[in-house]
Amino acid sequence: MKTLNKEAKHQETAQEVKISGAEAVIKCLLEEGADLAYGYPGGAIMPVYDEIYKYQEKFHHVLTRHEQGAIHAAQGFARVTGKPGIVFATSGPGATNLVTGIADAQIDSTPLVCITGQVASHLLGSDAFQETDIIGISTPVTKWNYQVTDASEIPEVIAKAFYIAKSGRPGPVLIDITKDAQFGELDFSYQKCKKIRSYKAVPDLEIEKLKDAATLINKAKKPLIVWGQGVILGEAEQEFKDFIEKTNIPSACTGLGLSALETSHPLHVGMVGMHGNYAPNVLTNSCDLLIAIGMRFDDRVTGNLATYAKQAKVIHFEIDAAEVDKNVKTEVAVVADVKESLTKIMPLVNKGDHNEWMQEFQKLYDIEHENVIYDQLNPTKEGLTMGEVLGGINKETNGDAVIVSDVGQHQMFAWRYANFNKTRSNVTSGGLGTMGFGLPAAIGAKMGVPDREVVAIIGDGGYQMTCNELGTILQTKAAVKVVVLNNNYLGMVRQWQELFFDKRYASTEMISPDFVKLAGAYDIEAQRVSKREDLDAAIQTMIASKEAYFLEVVIEQEDNVFPMIPTGASVSDVRLS
Amino acid sequence: MEEIKNYTISVYTENNVGILNRLSAIFLKRHINIESMTVSKSEIDNVHRFTFVVNISGNQAHKVVGQLEKQIEVIRAFFHTEDEIIYNETALFKISTEHLYNEEIQERMKFRRAHIIAITERYFVIEASGLKEDIDNMYDKLMPYGLLQFVRSGRIAITKPKMAISELLAEFN
Repeated sequence: MKTLNKEAKHQETAQEVKISGAEAVIKCLLEEGADLAYGYPGGAIMPVYDEIYKYQEKFHHVLTRHEQGAIHAAQGFARVTGKPGIVFATSGPGATNLVTGIADAQIDSTPLVCITGQVASHLLGSDAFQETDIIGISTPVTKWNYQVTDASEIPEVIAKAFYIAKSGRPGPVLIDITKDAQFGELDFSYQKCKKIRSYKAVPDLEIEKLKDAATLINKAKKPLIVWGQGVILGEAEQEFKDFIEKTNIPSACTGLGLSALETSHPLHVGMVGMHGNYAPNVLTNSCDLLIAIGMRFDDRVTGNLATYAKQAKVIHFEIDAAEVDKNVKTEVAVVADVKESLTKIMPLVNKGDHNEWMQEFQKLYDIEHENVIYDQLNPTKEGLTMGEVLGGINKETNGDAVIVSDVGQHQMFAWRYANFNKTRSNVTSGGLGTMGFGLPAAIGAKMGVPDREVVAIIGDGGYQMTCNELGTILQTKAAVKVVVLNNNYLGMVRQWQELFFDKRYASTEMISPDFVKLAGAYDIEAQRVSKREDLDAAIQTMIASKEAYFLEVVIEQEDNVFPMIPTGASVSDVRLS
Repeated sequence: MEEIKNYTISVYTENNVGILNRLSAIFLKRHINIESMTVSKSEIDNVHRFTFVVNISGNQAHKVVGQLEKQIEVIRAFFHTEDEIIYNETALFKISTEHLYNEEIQERMKFRRAHIIAITERYFVIEASGLKEDIDNMYDKLMPYGLLQFVRSGRIAITKPKMAISELLAEFN
């Protein structure tokens, strides 16, 4: 075990008991406060499953219908709770089926601890049954991974896994445990990991940088804040709110930043990005100071970098040093924990008054409202729109629900129109754009916050990628509310084909099964709505249900998402139609 | 377009299985070809040092090093241009013994850091070390005699600027 930092070994250890590696896995998870895992058994992970059976009083396992479902459920759980999601899978196909979810968690900074079984160590490299090099495969998409070949390594490796997954910028880790290491015995004692010598989870805040940032903020006439998920991951929602309320700076968010600040807050000027709000996109190119907080200037946020906020000075509050100057050159980078930075900058910033500047946001909002929002929420055309469904859900849930979205047009409508009163309420696949994320993530989210309403908004395409997880709902009774917005198209791709490929609808029309019958087969109450007059009642029935509920809404086929910044265009060239 | 230059990237890491894969994946993801690579122990116990040579822009070098450094088991990564380092590369040339007394080859051997390290009836082996250009020159000159084998090491480099790894490790802990 030369490969691991042995410091923990020298510290005081609790009394040692001989147990199997497999049992140690479960005991370690319990030590970390993790008593719920998602997964799928198979040959190489059977010793661990045997321990799950023995520990069933204390440790709960959710059997999904596919490993992808397990990992997305774990992601949903992690996103609503902030705790690492736990996933088990077997070697070979079990492990490779996790890869999409791992990549998704990596790009969206979601803490996960994935544990895969592996063939016995003497078989490594022999192309044994269900052997695959999951360490090699998962390396580019994990924050850290490690192969355990000896039972004695397990406590230290799992402690490290939790520390790495949760600390700093969170992310997925994968532990691959050979079958002999699961069967092998060890003297068990557990010590939580608090540091790793080669890893600085949280950079030290440089007060000078904070002062420079405060000077720019105090001088700015037209400052704009763009915040991202970092505010949520750093649990800095209150500090963020205090900061914007003191400085009175209009604040826009990225897709993943949604819900860190309640939608109704007067300084919340909407969402930036490809399908974001008109005002913050346009005014990104008018502000004199752009203050980025816990966001990474994704291309879907910035549009063409060559014309992005060139007139503005940029301050970047960020925990990950590698994000600084990656896409946008900053004037001042405050590389530290966001909660600490925002707390310590408070005495340095002046009370601000930017009412005139705020008026500009209002004016542009009015334009967007008149051209897009009003029609989406109060359509007069015959077919139902995605916007009005979200409007109906807002009305029934009062903005208190966790909204889980899949990927596509419906996702953009969910981000644009859902009201959020509480943080950690927008669960979605942002960076990777993983269709099929929605249904399993909603199941995990519901288990993470069982007392909250969890509504999944999914398109007919993404739904059919993981609708096998209806089986998980059937078995666990997870009371998720599933809304499928069905336009019989892969709507987002169809929209691009309409706008940029002369309406050549290549492989985007979709013939789907009877979704209501399908839900019925899984014993889930369901209905289909295709008329406006039935929509509100259907949503009421769904939300009132104490159990899982499925609602299919038949949507206008050629409904498009606007505003839109076409790929390669400038943020200020956002199209309203 | 920013100028493409030859950068030497030095990465100090823990000595674990799989690190090379993790580091090379960062180059792969950005479609950067690795010109040469050397791995060895470093001045610190249990800390390994990777030396990569790549042809990229300064901006890319900056970003790649940021990503390398972000890896959990990487202690620190640096990038340097050629004028910031003292470096060496070594090459072995295997040539047929019939050319052993060739005057031109003898002339080449006067090159400051080349010598013969083996002679047999059939072949002899020249070891040369120096800068990239020195080896390239030697290669061009010897090529016409028919190289039976040629191999060249990755770059090893010491930087002129200080690299305070020990201090950093102390600071981490």
